[in-house]
Amino acid sequence: MPRAMKFFHLIWCNLKRKKLRTSLTLLSVVVAFVLFGFLMAIKQALAGGVNMASQDRLVVRHKVSIIQMLPESYQARMNRIPGVDFATHQTWFGGIYQDPKNFFMQNPVVPDEFLKMHPELVLPPDQMQAWLKTRTGAIVGRKTAERFHWKIGDKVPIQSTIWSTAAGSRTWEFDIVGIYDGAKKETDTTPLFFRYDYFDENRTENRGKGLVGWYTIRVKDPTQATAVAKLVDQEFENSSAETKTEPEGAFVQAWASQIGNIVLIVAAILSAVFFTILLVTGNTMAQAVRERTGELGVLKAIGFTNAQVMVLVLAESCLLTILGGTLGLGLAWLVISHGDPTGGLLPLFSFPARDLLVGFAISVVLGLITGIFPALQAMRLRVADALRRM
Amino acid sequence: MSENQSTNGALVRVEGVEKVFHRGTEDIHVLANLSLQVPGGEFLALMGPSGSGKSTLLNLIGGLDRPTKGSVSVAGEQLDQLSDHRLAAWRARHIGFVFQLYNLMPVLTAERNVELPLLLTHLSKAERQKHVETALAVVGLSHRAKHYPRTLSGGEQQRVGIARGIVTDPTLLLCDEPTGDLDRKAGNEILDLLQALNREHGKTIVMVTHDPHASVRASRTVYLDKGQLSNEPVK
Repeated sequence: MPRAMKFFHLIWCNLKRKKLRTSLTLLSVVVAFVLFGFLMAIKQALAGGVNMASQDRLVVRHKVSIIQMLPESYQARMNRIPGVDFATHQTWFGGIYQDPKNFFMQNPVVPDEFLKMHPELVLPPDQMQAWLKTRTGAIVGRKTAERFHWKIGDKVPIQSTIWSTAAGSRTWEFDIVGIYDGAKKETDTTPLFFRYDYFDENRTENRGKGLVGWYTIRVKDPTQATAVAKLVDQEFENSSAETKTEPEGAFVQAWASQIGNIVLIVAAILSAVFFTILLVTGNTMAQAVRERTGELGVLKAIGFTNAQVMVLVLAESCLLTILGGTLGLGLAWLVISHGDPTGGLLPLFSFPARDLLVGFAISVVLGLITGIFPALQAMRLRVADALRRM
Repeated sequence: MSENQSTNGALVRVEGVEKVFHRGTEDIHVLANLSLQVPGGEFLALMGPSGSGKSTLLNLIGGLDRPTKGSVSVAGEQLDQLSDHRLAAWRARHIGFVFQLYNLMPVLTAERNVELPLLLTHLSKAERQKHVETALAVVGLSHRAKHYPRTLSGGEQQRVGIARGIVTDPTLLLCDEPTGDLDRKAGNEILDLLQALNREHGKTIVMVTHDPHASVRASRTVYLDKGQLSNEPVK
């Protein structure tokens, strides 16, 4: 490789030959890879929850729709089902903090059960104790806390779009008693959780009293998850609120699928983009070789082999796409590292390292594909014929 | 008529060479049963009218093309026996080319153009730089090393071309109409240089030219007409 670097200057100078053409082609490659980065981040945000889903957790929701509620009394029955370790519930609060675009999830939960169910949320023990002691207490994820500059001890008003307080107001006040972190980098630390007992006491809608949004069940044996899910649904069959129980991963997947098959949509968009780039870059390289027929003949005359000339053309093509790809991926990474651009709708918005590497690999493959035909053309040039075209 | 020459010490041997080009259904016979020998250290001028086959013969000697019949050997190497890959490597080591239109890379400086053949060697960067400086000094263009071809005159560009042709110290220097695109003054400077390379550095040179003023600089001139070689000019 180091010996091959002596040809870099020749390759680089040939690339700079037509500055405008090269710049425009480079720009189109950069844009394509910026788009790649953003689409990967969106895919990660929408489908990443699936990866974080636990193998030993099931989600139980109303069979008709997630927005239909389930009785709180179901919890005791669930705890008695064979294979169930324990169950806990959450409810959709639908709150707004100051402005609707400041979206983040806020759910009432039973604190100790909830944190036992979600060990990926790390809360210091003293803050846990504070939460247990404070009825109006809430814990918030580090991302949201930093976003709004909240600290422990702050009083935070949140306006619910669904639930009113006993005083008839839609505004609920919470005391921040804890800030939790994620055990893994991909853990969502945007939601706020507050105490269910405070919520249930104060909500006024009669139809809501004693009802919860959904349950999460920890199974004793993950290999029996499917069987346990069936038992849960059987338990509540023919009741007024029949259930649909599924692994947490499938539940999260279903959420993302509401938008459509995210992976397929992303793949379709990227295929169209990269195909266009292939044509643009391929055209640039084909023109470059056509213009330089005589010079390629001179290189062969002075001793460059057919293979060396072919590799020079391929290297030029790859340099163009790798440069554009690296710039595009770098730019995307820089912007994405600033976090969710939607203000909370995509809490897991990040550019995974794996996708960065995939992007880089694509830039190399793009260079090879766009360069191969002009390279073969250069390889096949007969020296005497090429020199006549100088 | 073939060239009669002693075979002792012949660096270049062309024996019974024919070259036919196929253009569609037409066969164009450019060289016919041609034989030529060039001793080491000779400055040979190859003259003839346009279309006589001069450049074709030069290409065969330089391994840029293969004869339809016959053989070409240079420094004992039978060129028609070599594969394309080995022929390229052979050219890199043994042949220096000087072209009528200089054929410099416009995107490279003079010194980078001269360095091109050295990229095919195992010389280090420092060693390559030394060879380039020497070659440019020989042609009197050290002060123009960092200049691009577009800022050089025709004569200067041709001198860079010659520097490129000699930088690897090749066995044979092949020049195809080296003064064809230059005015008289610049042309004479180039011919002075080629003569100096031959007389002072012992370079074997085969130069194709249609200009009698250029051919008198050579130690011997042969004439090509209708694919046949002769010692006498074509009347």
